[in-house]
Amino acid sequence: MKSSTLRQLAPVSAFYVLVLATPTLLSYDYYYLSILTMAGIIAIIVMGLNLLLGFAGQISLGHAALFGISAYTTAVMTATYGFPLAVGMLSGVGLTAVVALVVGMPVLKLKGYYLAMATLGFGLIVYIFFNEAIALTGGPSGFVGIPQLHFGGFTFDSELSYFFLVWTTVTVVLLISLNLIHSRIGRALMALHASDKAAQSMGINVARYKLFIFVLSAIFAGIAGVLYAHYLSFVAPSSFGFHFSVQLITMVVLGGMASLWGGIAGTVFLTAMPEFLRAYENMEVIIYGLILILCMMYLPQGMAGGVSKLVALVRRRLGRA
Amino acid sequence: MFRRLLAVTTVFVLGTFSVASAAEPIKIGAILSATGPASFLGEPQRNTLLMLQDQINEQGGLLGRPLEVIIYDDETEVNRAVAAANRLLSRDRVVAAIGATTSGNTLAIMPRFSSARIPLVSMAAAERIVKPINPWVFKTPQSDRHAVLRILGHAQALGFSDIAILTVSDGFGQAGREVLQELLPEFGMNLVADEIYGPRDTDMTPQLTKIRGLSPDAIIVWGTNPGPAVIARNRVQLGIQTSMYMSHGVASKRFIELAGEAAEGLILPAGRLAVADQLPEGHPQKALLLEYIQAYEARFNAEVSTFGGYAFDALQLIVEAITKAGEATPQAIRDNLQQISGFIGTGGIFEMSPEDHNGLDEQAFVMVRITDGDWELLVE
Repeated sequence: MKSSTLRQLAPVSAFYVLVLATPTLLSYDYYYLSILTMAGIIAIIVMGLNLLLGFAGQISLGHAALFGISAYTTAVMTATYGFPLAVGMLSGVGLTAVVALVVGMPVLKLKGYYLAMATLGFGLIVYIFFNEAIALTGGPSGFVGIPQLHFGGFTFDSELSYFFLVWTTVTVVLLISLNLIHSRIGRALMALHASDKAAQSMGINVARYKLFIFVLSAIFAGIAGVLYAHYLSFVAPSSFGFHFSVQLITMVVLGGMASLWGGIAGTVFLTAMPEFLRAYENMEVIIYGLILILCMMYLPQGMAGGVSKLVALVRRRLGRA
Repeated sequence: MFRRLLAVTTVFVLGTFSVASAAEPIKIGAILSATGPASFLGEPQRNTLLMLQDQINEQGGLLGRPLEVIIYDDETEVNRAVAAANRLLSRDRVVAAIGATTSGNTLAIMPRFSSARIPLVSMAAAERIVKPINPWVFKTPQSDRHAVLRILGHAQALGFSDIAILTVSDGFGQAGREVLQELLPEFGMNLVADEIYGPRDTDMTPQLTKIRGLSPDAIIVWGTNPGPAVIARNRVQLGIQTSMYMSHGVASKRFIELAGEAAEGLILPAGRLAVADQLPEGHPQKALLLEYIQAYEARFNAEVSTFGGYAFDALQLIVEAITKAGEATPQAIRDNLQQISGFIGTGGIFEMSPEDHNGLDEQAFVMVRITDGDWELLVE
């Protein structure tokens, strides 16, 4: 266990050094930083979803809703009722975890398409709630006036400070997730992905593990939700709809199922690409679609799979030479 | 050969330099929903901005400098609108911006513009954009309140008192519903039914059946295409004779196409753009409207819509502010925007002030009836 923690520490530290260097590499271009901040927030959800989908093999089309519950909770707590930020953020994450627990208990008994349908249903109900509970959520046109984050005397009002806050969180979540999958729990999750019944016969409490990983991924979505709400200082139901849940799944699959690094790469790629494609006005949707098709045709294992194939190829070539 | 190449290059480089130093363009940003669910609004807005930009530059630009409108499509998505706002503010360094197309996206980008101290002129209707007032944010469309005032004024003149409302569950419908609930009692009218439908619903007979049972004097429908067209058809299918009012959200020919025969006799508030040719001679807006319609239809071979007019007014107001200020700095543009008075736009005659960043009142609307598949101006 200890050695595996150390083994994770090296690449994660290297990753964090890259994070610290990024603003300089981008010569403090706040536009690029703001795109990466958004990508980082989404990457936190994608990591949780990857644990659930890639490792434990359980699909969820309700993660956009979990993300939204957290964002709206902290928004309502801090802006409407004037609670301190820490209370708002903790209750955002906490409520998301509780909702996931309550929903997960019955729903995770389902498998495959049925699980997808049930989580989809949950997502739709929450989406309708955001739209209809106008007194609480501000309805379809959105919730305004969410305060900016501040701790002690420091306010996260610049792009740069928020960039560091988000990507430090990404690094911590990454470290936790990497440790988790290299632990006993991680092996149990992969076992139940391969076969429920085999895992059960090995003495793994399947239901408990599924619920655990579902709630954990909800907590990640919750963390992302509070970061999102206080970053934009505005939330609207349209950001938490079915469409976003599908995008999250796309990011996991494109990045590489069961690869946390791939998930981050997939998220940054899919979030940033449309912005870079702005140069090709009118064509951008077509190019975007084309890239997705090509990725799925030639990188069926996702970006992570593609990279490891490439590494293997280079090694073979070098070995031959 | 080499020498010739060098000469050509030198001339070219010097040429670009001198042009650049003589007339640096004035950059104005625009964020609009040219694709996605609100593309029916954003598309004519983009066309209008492109057309105006060319017209202004053909006439020598602004303050002797060319005008450059930098347009980004937000795909009717909040996060894309925010990214576009960041791009306009940090990369393009615009002196003023237009947008967004929808109320939600405007509310999302507003804080960024006000903290960067860059004036923003929205093309979205919601009253929340200018109330409470944000010193850096303006909007060109008439408020929903003005439309409701016109409808209720019309209904009052006919002696209606029991009103049923049927609103869509999105930002537009929500805003209309709130104002209707607030103003109906002020006109001494009773709200007998308060029904809601979803933006993608394809059958509203249940709501209409319930409303029929309550026998109101009139029904007010608040939504954008295609919902209201479905409601108009359902009304005819159910044989309901009660008068029906629509909102200004359907004041485009597309609605008449969608509703067909069922649109006959419906009454709604609309900007004067829809009935420009029926306006009395000498109406201050008439010449401007006819000119805009002609130029737009000639260039894009498509029918003009009120929504494009919001973009027309937004850019023209900024241009007017720059001309009045004699300089193109954000602060000067903002200060002059809120001094504009008696400015004739497509949406109405703007009377801006530091307390009113919309500058329109209910006179910006006229009541029209759909007759023989076209708008008929009702006498004011």
